[in-house]
Amino acid sequence: MKELLELLEKNYTQSPEQMSIMLNMPAEKITALIEKFEKEQIIVKYQTIIDWEKAGVDNVTAVIEVKITPQREVGFDAIAERIYRYPEVRSVYLMSGSYDLSVTVEGTNLREVADFVSTKLSTIDGVVSTTTNFMLKKYKYAGVIINDQQEEHRLVVSP
Amino acid sequence: MTWADRISPTVKSIPPSGIRRFFDIAAEMKGVISLGVGEPDFVTPWHIRESCIYGLNRGQTSYTSNAGLLELREEIAKSLYNDYQVTYAPRTEILVTVGVSEGLDLAMRALLSPGDEVLIPEPCYVSYKSCVILAGGVAVTVPTKIENQFRITAAELENFVTPRTKVLLIGYPNNPTGAVMSQQDLSEIAKFATKHDLIVISDEIYSKLTYDGIHTCFSSLPDMMSRTIVLNGFSKAYAMTGWRIGYAAANPDFIAAMTKIHQYTMLSAPIMAQVAAIEALKRGEKNMKQMTAEYNQRRRLILNGFRQMGLDCFEPKGAFYLFPSIKSTDLTSLEFAEQLLHAEKVALVPGDAFGESGEGFVRCSYATSTANIKEALLRIGRFVSSVKKK
Repeated sequence: MKELLELLEKNYTQSPEQMSIMLNMPAEKITALIEKFEKEQIIVKYQTIIDWEKAGVDNVTAVIEVKITPQREVGFDAIAERIYRYPEVRSVYLMSGSYDLSVTVEGTNLREVADFVSTKLSTIDGVVSTTTNFMLKKYKYAGVIINDQQEEHRLVVSP
Repeated sequence: MTWADRISPTVKSIPPSGIRRFFDIAAEMKGVISLGVGEPDFVTPWHIRESCIYGLNRGQTSYTSNAGLLELREEIAKSLYNDYQVTYAPRTEILVTVGVSEGLDLAMRALLSPGDEVLIPEPCYVSYKSCVILAGGVAVTVPTKIENQFRITAAELENFVTPRTKVLLIGYPNNPTGAVMSQQDLSEIAKFATKHDLIVISDEIYSKLTYDGIHTCFSSLPDMMSRTIVLNGFSKAYAMTGWRIGYAAANPDFIAAMTKIHQYTMLSAPIMAQVAAIEALKRGEKNMKQMTAEYNQRRRLILNGFRQMGLDCFEPKGAFYLFPSIKSTDLTSLEFAEQLLHAEKVALVPGDAFGESGEGFVRCSYATSTANIKEALLRIGRFVSSVKKK
């Protein structure tokens, strides 16, 4: 089961037939397992990783350190939810350390992100402070090196 | 008298590697998918590379003792014990070599007198025979068969024993066939070795790439410890081919003799590679297992592909090679490989490069991406059906 999930995480576009051969598992079982994973939200979503810079689409990403006051009964969750519901928010993590939430926000330009932080994020009840860090370059994302041009160094034929 | 005339007759008697000729053709072509590569497609895991860089920063650029860094020998002894429950003394029973290639050469030169015979099951790695001949020995090849999954049996070996037989050289998991020998299979060979009082050299470079069952280290068999030279290294398991680092483990007398040759001809294995090898043994297991799992998936994919083409193919349980029979195409191995290369631009290695008994087979390495394997299968399938129609 772990092997199948790892294979899917690396590349979900392979056919169940091919995965069935690679994992030595009947194709019907793979299809059933995938359905089950989807239903149980073990597979949350299928996504691609796109190098937007190479595609010529400009955007700006900020990683914002957010300090919040936890609330009775719901702790950090309620405020986190108010933040992550915004579509411009790409990720939200609860952190240990000097701040509470790490929020990634994407916009088409600096002004858009700044507007979001000042008008939306920092005005939420319970948000004590924000520190906005703009991302300068993306080297690696979700375990994938973005500009990974490893040449083939091996000889074409070797013993 | 020309310069060529002055070359030693022994060297002249050895044919150049059959792979070389083929390489020259393939290297010139563009758009070739190669299943001909006998090394991992992974780059050495970063933590291993980084440890070497750190070593260089600290100025680790000197010779080491002839036998290799003691810390490395200790790690090797530990891993041999953990993996196979064999106990070797790091100070007297382990020698760090420049790959298994050097270990093999040292073992042959340390053991053979002119005319001594070495039994070598075939098909086998390209340098076995030549190493024996260069050391003054006589290579006696023993063919293995697809019907027996390219395993060697004591009965087959018996036919080739003479009073001059001194050494048995085996390499399992096998390059080029991908064959493995179970503990039971090897026990038969052990009995045979005892019966004829042979020294066994066991090249176990692909030991970590065993996909079905577990690898048995030859010296772990009862009474085999003292008569066996185990050769192993880091090239395949840790994707470290270019580092040229391996080791030999054997009784103190053999190791002392091999070290004597090594100290005069090599001095020591490069310290950079030794430092990296320590890191590989200490912290390389997770990456190694990931690579092995991926090879296993590709192994099933390529095996399935060849079987669907209708080629006779036994399931390889080790290394990263598939060795399908191409006899049904009525082509020789070389014809098959050359025509395939020109027609479909897929490079693989004709089986006879690994000895006469490899004729009728080709070696396909699956140390390449699944995308490459899929495309190669498509092309080979097209080629096979066009040949069979004729």
